[in-house]
Amino acid sequence: MGNFSKKIEKFWEIFYEHNGYTKVLTGLENTLYIAIVGLAIGIIIGTLIAIVKVLPKYKRIARILDGICTFYVGLFRGTPVVVQLLVAYYVALPLLGINMPALNVCVLVFGLNSGAYVSEIMRSGILSVDPGQMEAGRAVGLSYRVTMMKIVVPQAIKNILPTLGNEFIALIKETSVVSFVGAADLYVAFNYIGSNSYEFMVPYLVMAIIYIVLVMIAALLIRLMERSLRKSDRRN
Amino acid sequence: MIDVIDLKKNYGNLEVLKGITTTIKKGEKIVVIGPSGSGKSTFLRCLNCMEDPTSGAVIFEGVNIADMKVDINIHRRRMGMVFQQFNLFNNKTVIENIMLAPVSVGLQELRTAKIKNFFTRVKNVFTPNKKALIPVNASKAKIKAEAKENALRLLKRIGLEEKANVYPSTLSGGQKQRIAIIRALAMNPKVILFDEPTSALDPEMVGEVLDLIRQLADEGMTMVIVTHEMGFAKEVATRVLFMDEGRILEENTPAEIFSNPQNPRTKEFLSKVL
Repeated sequence: MGNFSKKIEKFWEIFYEHNGYTKVLTGLENTLYIAIVGLAIGIIIGTLIAIVKVLPKYKRIARILDGICTFYVGLFRGTPVVVQLLVAYYVALPLLGINMPALNVCVLVFGLNSGAYVSEIMRSGILSVDPGQMEAGRAVGLSYRVTMMKIVVPQAIKNILPTLGNEFIALIKETSVVSFVGAADLYVAFNYIGSNSYEFMVPYLVMAIIYIVLVMIAALLIRLMERSLRKSDRRN
Repeated sequence: MIDVIDLKKNYGNLEVLKGITTTIKKGEKIVVIGPSGSGKSTFLRCLNCMEDPTSGAVIFEGVNIADMKVDINIHRRRMGMVFQQFNLFNNKTVIENIMLAPVSVGLQELRTAKIKNFFTRVKNVFTPNKKALIPVNASKAKIKAEAKENALRLLKRIGLEEKANVYPSTLSGGQKQRIAIIRALAMNPKVILFDEPTSALDPEMVGEVLDLIRQLADEGMTMVIVTHEMGFAKEVATRVLFMDEGRILEENTPAEIFSNPQNPRTKEFLSKVL
């Protein structure tokens, strides 16, 4: 074990005395930033797609929108997120002539990607809400849109919160590939520490622990949120 | 008030309504009876276009609301509807359930008026003949306060004011249905459609709901009620429609139809349920 304590010493040297921790903090911040903003974008896109998907299809515009959404979901579920990142950063944006920091590209790609997954989660949530709720809203003269937004979607979100939590956790972990386009996340920070101390065991171990702690905190927050959303159920 | 002209409804190849023509006058209490599958619920749901009629017209206050080009939401606000399964909004408290539509409609009207006034103002700057603005004497707070006051008054009427801030899941079926009724009342409808309002209730709660409907009937509310409560039909209805296989086979006063049915199908049905 003497060997191991030496490794920890080396790690500590770079981590603390050579300001490795600032990199770790930046990495942590970026990881959370990508996951949280990405999920937010994902929920917005996902909700819109889900609503299009459950829209009555007798109007032409609804069918066209439905086609577009199906294509979108197929595109983003059909390719790995790393490929999407690389294509966005090295193909799509240069072709469009847009210059964007790597971090923002990551947020965008993870948002678009998670939108495709959230749309299916949200659709199942909307379908799980009793159709009578929509009918009651329409019967008092509210429009489809208002009833959807004020009555159906809130209840759908309550029903899908555990699954949405899963998506958030998956997103936190998936962000570990953003270094492919040069965004600084936790992996980049610990890789830096490792390469500077010529010692990778402890940095990667600490990285794994940080991910586990992050996910456990996220799970706790989701549970608390679920409980507060469940206040309209009989059991408090 | 409502003229139904040759109303037909198909689901695919299945003809549910085969041409219904009737007129509902102000103050009438129409009770629709008939065996299950006779199309009576579909008929009721076509009256406010919850189901879009396949053909025919439903003329409400001079407008054919079966026409797809009509903004149905505006007309539905004048037609309350009460469901078999209550359908209270589960994510809203009792008082929010009652206030939601009045507030949301009030705010929408306020927004529209303000936007129109803005454009009128801009136009007035450039044109010599000034147009008058739409008077806006409401505000967000006022609309909400009025809706709340009205909701509390309605809750007090049914003796459930202490339930204002609870969620529907904590209420009994009878309480839910009475709240669903006053939720419809909160929009000041001209007519209320009842779709088997007591069929999902435990027997001991049927009375309280029927009492409330009876009160509304006595106050002169126009109603169309689909029900299996024949005693209630006898007592409240001004006219009873007997439906079978998508048609109105007989319509008459309750006294006539229950004591002296003309159509053999009516006779058969009544002999089974009475």
